[in-house]
Amino acid sequence: MADQTLKEWLLTDTPTSRRHAKLSALYTGWLTFRSNTMAMIGLGILVLLIVIAAAAPILSPHDPFVQDLGNRLAPLGTEGHIFGTDSLGRDILSRLIYGARITLYIVALVALIAPVAGLLVGTVSGYAGGWVDVVLMRITDIFLAFPRLVLALAFVAALGAGIENAVLAISLTAWPPYARIARAETLTIRSSDYIAAIRLQGAGALRIITKHIWPLCISSLIVRVTLDMAGIILAAAGLGFLGLGAQPPSPEWGAMISEGRRFILDHWWVATMPGLAIFTVSLAFNLLGDGLRDVLDPKAGE
Amino acid sequence: MDKLLDIENLWVKFPTRQGVFDAVRGVSFTLGRERLGIVGESGSGKSMTGRAILRLIRPPGIVDADHISLEGVDLLKKSEKEMRAVRGQRISMVMQDPKFSLNPVMTIGNQIIEAYRLHSKTSKSAAYAKSLEMLEAVSIRDPERVMRAYPHEMSGGMGQRIMIAMMLIPNPEILIADEPTSALDVSVQRQVLDIMDKLVKERGMGLIFISHDLNLVADFCDRVLIMYAGRIVEVCRADKLHEAKHPYTQGLLNSLPRLDAPKDRLDVLKRDPVWSEAPSVSGRT
Amino acid sequence: MSMLDIKGLNVWFGRARDRVDAVKSATFTVAQGESFGLVGESGSGKSTILRAITGLAPTWSGKIHVEDQPIPARRPKSFYKTVQMVFQDPYASLHPRHSVDQVLGETLHLHGFKDIDNRVVKLLDDVGLGQKFRFRYPHQLSGGQRQRVAIARALAPEPKLLLLDEPTSALDVSVQAEILNLLADLRQMHDLTYVMVSHDLSVVGHMCDRLAVMKDGEIVEIMDVSALQRMEATHPYAQHLLQASV
Repeated sequence: MADQTLKEWLLTDTPTSRRHAKLSALYTGWLTFRSNTMAMIGLGILVLLIVIAAAAPILSPHDPFVQDLGNRLAPLGTEGHIFGTDSLGRDILSRLIYGARITLYIVALVALIAPVAGLLVGTVSGYAGGWVDVVLMRITDIFLAFPRLVLALAFVAALGAGIENAVLAISLTAWPPYARIARAETLTIRSSDYIAAIRLQGAGALRIITKHIWPLCISSLIVRVTLDMAGIILAAAGLGFLGLGAQPPSPEWGAMISEGRRFILDHWWVATMPGLAIFTVSLAFNLLGDGLRDVLDPKAGE
Repeated sequence: MDKLLDIENLWVKFPTRQGVFDAVRGVSFTLGRERLGIVGESGSGKSMTGRAILRLIRPPGIVDADHISLEGVDLLKKSEKEMRAVRGQRISMVMQDPKFSLNPVMTIGNQIIEAYRLHSKTSKSAAYAKSLEMLEAVSIRDPERVMRAYPHEMSGGMGQRIMIAMMLIPNPEILIADEPTSALDVSVQRQVLDIMDKLVKERGMGLIFISHDLNLVADFCDRVLIMYAGRIVEVCRADKLHEAKHPYTQGLLNSLPRLDAPKDRLDVLKRDPVWSEAPSVSGRT
Repeated sequence: MSMLDIKGLNVWFGRARDRVDAVKSATFTVAQGESFGLVGESGSGKSTILRAITGLAPTWSGKIHVEDQPIPARRPKSFYKTVQMVFQDPYASLHPRHSVDQVLGETLHLHGFKDIDNRVVKLLDDVGLGQKFRFRYPHQLSGGQRQRVAIARALAPEPKLLLLDEPTSALDVSVQAEILNLLADLRQMHDLTYVMVSHDLSVVGHMCDRLAVMKDGEIVEIMDVSALQRMEATHPYAQHLLQASV
């Protein structure tokens, strides 16, 4: 062991314990991921976003809610306000930094609700087959048939405006594609020999779905979620823009664009800066998703 | 015997995280108008050798050789565009499973006609007539019906015959067959081999027959290269395969269960690390 | 005592117009401790018989008796303690995300064993793999090693009847020899009964005592291996098959 470096220990083909095997698998995945420069850029941006969100009170030069009507609509590069100020004289940079928290909050909640719901519906539907499949898939179809934002609008209108409701509405519209993917994957996995083998050990449907089918579906769902994240951020921003998401004075990026819209011709930066932030984060998620696909897709490699 | 193909010091390398993996290591052989068998276990580099001749190794894999000469012209010096003219026109390849090589949404007739017209500019009716003729050449009894059928309607043996027919249309000088009969039942296997045999003899083609099945190769080929770990360990005449000298070849032969010589335990191949270190035997004539 | 008794077994897939009869009134008995072979070409229904016995092919009629007990339509867990199966393709029969340890551990857990750690170690030794393979994932194993894991999994519940579906057809000949030797050893060690499906007559000739030749879903001949070795098949198709494989 002494003459073995940590790297060799991680790359070994002969792991010596459960933990060793897990770490080794993680490390090889990380190496594949690392070789994808664009994905690393995406990951870098997202890590930065998390750091910014966590350290928002330290990083932001001003209080995002303090108004200074004497200094409203200050242009870029103004003393003390690098990104200028908005129509109420609030520092745009500070608002963007605090807005990162809201964005992450939305992203995390949607990422927790939609894929899990989709996974449940899809795998159960795919594994059970028969009428269960028919009923669940027709429900999925009904959700799929609506344009996403319109359906989200309807939900928010019914539930009332606010971030949590916006998240709920987005999740409700986002799960059907995941259910479809999970079902398609389940159908191929279900007929494979290793599922037949575990059935011959007397395993029940619940165990097969959770322990044997889920681990194989999750990777493609994770990839899909990261690729969809951009859309989710945009949907949240869209709801914010329409005034149905985060409520003022909350510094949500979409709502900020909405506010800046009135001055877009004379004071373009008020709407452009949050727009750029949304663009950057969406792009980062897309790049990350591409890289994750290389690492996680069980069909590729090996 | 004139040389169709002359390969010297062929290497196929794959860079991996743990360093470069050499799938084929310095293999040299020639092919005349004969049936040359390449046998070995999975991972011995036999398929890679076949693909490397056509430069079908996908990046990041690297093909390297002193020369791969097709009638005196080095294939390695050709551009990708010129290679496309070689593939199919002059050297054809038949793969293991016809199901993956045929387009599932096109009728067999259309696929053959398209393949034919890609190579020679003729009218549709001439191509149709030629296709029928080719299907007859591979002993398909009802060619008109087969022309109208889709690949999934065909059995494995039928599919493989169709693949061979397609490969033969441009009248290539060399046919590389990579495990062409492994997916087929024994009785069908024989028929497909007979067809290939007939074609090779009638057209004076060179055939490279890649297989893991020693008995099949001993039966069917003229000359055999035995590959182990990316190298040729032995070259012998096919009918003398059962008298092979190399312990690896002997080990492989002895590990086969035999109906005419039953025994309680099969001999297990003991691998000697020396085998993979020893330099490659040349298969040049 | 007969280990497996099959009478008039029919297996079909699909319904009405799309119905395909994969096995037609198959009848044979396998004695306790015997090794029985099923040979035929692809599509002859030989694997389907195994799948019907294990319940993987749900639509069947006729009689299947294991240890002289008729098996119920819904097989109880105890059934799988008696009958186990090894699949053809070792690359497809192991879960790609489960390590050897997980595969064997879960199987043992499902059968209600308590000393799982010790048993995993013993199973790996039994199939000649040893401890260093315990925490590997399928992609870190060769075809032969995977098949050994699959055999270990089938042996985990200590079955009496092992169904082998072309266990070596995806392997190299040298590895095939190792696996066939292993199967022979295990049969002796654990007093197992084998039903082995293969398209390779020489493999069946080596492994089995008796065999049935199948064609288009029907058993056309049942004979002793000694008759096979003397090339004494009576049915013309069996003769044809024999000729083709020598």
